[in-house]
Amino acid sequence: MTTSPDSSTVGSTLVKRGFADMLRGGVIMDVVNAEQAKIAEDAGAVAVMALERVPADIRRDGGVARMSDPQLIQEIQAAVTIPVMAKARIGHFAEAQILESLGVDYVDESEVLTPADEEHHIDKWAFTVPFVCGATNLGEALRRIGEGACLIRSKGEAGTGNVVEAVRHLRTINAQMRRLHSADAAELAGLAKDLQAPLPLVREVAELGHLPVPMFCAGGIATPADASLVMQLGAEAVFVGSGIFKSSDPVRMAEAIVEATTHFRDPSTVAKVSTGLGTAMRGSETASLEQRLAERGW
Amino acid sequence: MASVGVLALQGDVREHVAILGALGASVVEVRHVEDLARLDGLIIPGGESTTMARLLVTSGLREPLRARLANGLPVLGTCAGLIMVARDIVDGRADQWSFGVLDVAVRRNGFGRQVASFETVVAVEGIGPVAGVFIRAPQVVATGPEVTVLARHDHGSGPTPVLVRQGSVLGCAFHPELVGETRIHELFLSSC
Repeated sequence: MTTSPDSSTVGSTLVKRGFADMLRGGVIMDVVNAEQAKIAEDAGAVAVMALERVPADIRRDGGVARMSDPQLIQEIQAAVTIPVMAKARIGHFAEAQILESLGVDYVDESEVLTPADEEHHIDKWAFTVPFVCGATNLGEALRRIGEGACLIRSKGEAGTGNVVEAVRHLRTINAQMRRLHSADAAELAGLAKDLQAPLPLVREVAELGHLPVPMFCAGGIATPADASLVMQLGAEAVFVGSGIFKSSDPVRMAEAIVEATTHFRDPSTVAKVSTGLGTAMRGSETASLEQRLAERGW
Repeated sequence: MASVGVLALQGDVREHVAILGALGASVVEVRHVEDLARLDGLIIPGGESTTMARLLVTSGLREPLRARLANGLPVLGTCAGLIMVARDIVDGRADQWSFGVLDVAVRRNGFGRQVASFETVVAVEGIGPVAGVFIRAPQVVATGPEVTVLARHDHGSGPTPVLVRQGSVLGCAFHPELVGETRIHELFLSSC
């Protein structure tokens, strides 16, 4: 039996969210060139995020951080068989259009880059390529889903190597979802107002007990133990930015974080892969930061 | 009641577990060699095949699982799972390996990147129309004489197989588990 091509639909919500489902249990690694992308793929990354500078360097260098050069993205696409994601500035739909035309597999509308619009995020429903967005709490997550995001990552504080903000955001989102799950219909309307989130999505979370899209974790993950921690707190996959290529042995760190993410409930495996790994990225106290990236986006 | 494993190293494990549970199977999430004991069948889910291949090696599962499959353990592979059971992989990594228990050649991302991922309706022999969700899906480009094609899809360049069977091995290029479709899993359980 054969079906014909005319009955096919591209870019549906099912196809976009379903792709995020395929990344669950995996590690998405920031890479700045084809060589790092190969290292990530060899180590078992489920996808790479192509960018010109990892967040720790963006933080150090200052200035305006923008979408990467298309040439860099194409070199990385040519180097690996796994999905390639790339970042657009918040609200910069023209950058997102360019990334879509390059055939990137996911666009990250990211607070790590300098926002292009201080009032509006990108209308993500208008695209065939799926979007991932960051969130620090449930209201922010649901606003992004309302705009068409098909994957949410807790923001954490990128480029710090400090997991404390990622933990705060995951715990906040989880606690707020539990509150919705136990609320009655009248309370849900009030909670939607408090969360500044669309009521239909609030009702959906209340019924499901979780987001209608996968929830991953990003921002500050620097060790296998960090990956295990955020997975146990309910993240379904992890983004690792500076944590791999700012460590003393990126190959082993990449492999170790991949294994720890799969076997996150098994402390003996996480212990084994953590042994003799060398130095993790140095990291910074979030209290001493001049710029909190997580405060970008609203 | 059949005891069926779902390879749980990475990917959409939860959806397969839910469907097996709904069909009354006893489900084992397979992450360690010990989990292979007493299995009547195994599902290899969707996900990234290069990631699964690496984790099969680091977990020590690759050789014991290869032996079980060689001894006829029934297996259903969806998407990345189809790649993992295929005999040949086209356009994969140069060092990409697979279990080779299904006599087909598959092209990784044969329908294109994510922007080309699609949903359609697939007509399955003996079942009828099912929702077909294709996500960076592999394309079957050759089949051996022992392989039965249960469904084909024409994506504009001629029909290619999207659901195939060889004995107790089932390979599916799309994701019935993402839409709660149970009939392909029922077909699989009938051979466990």
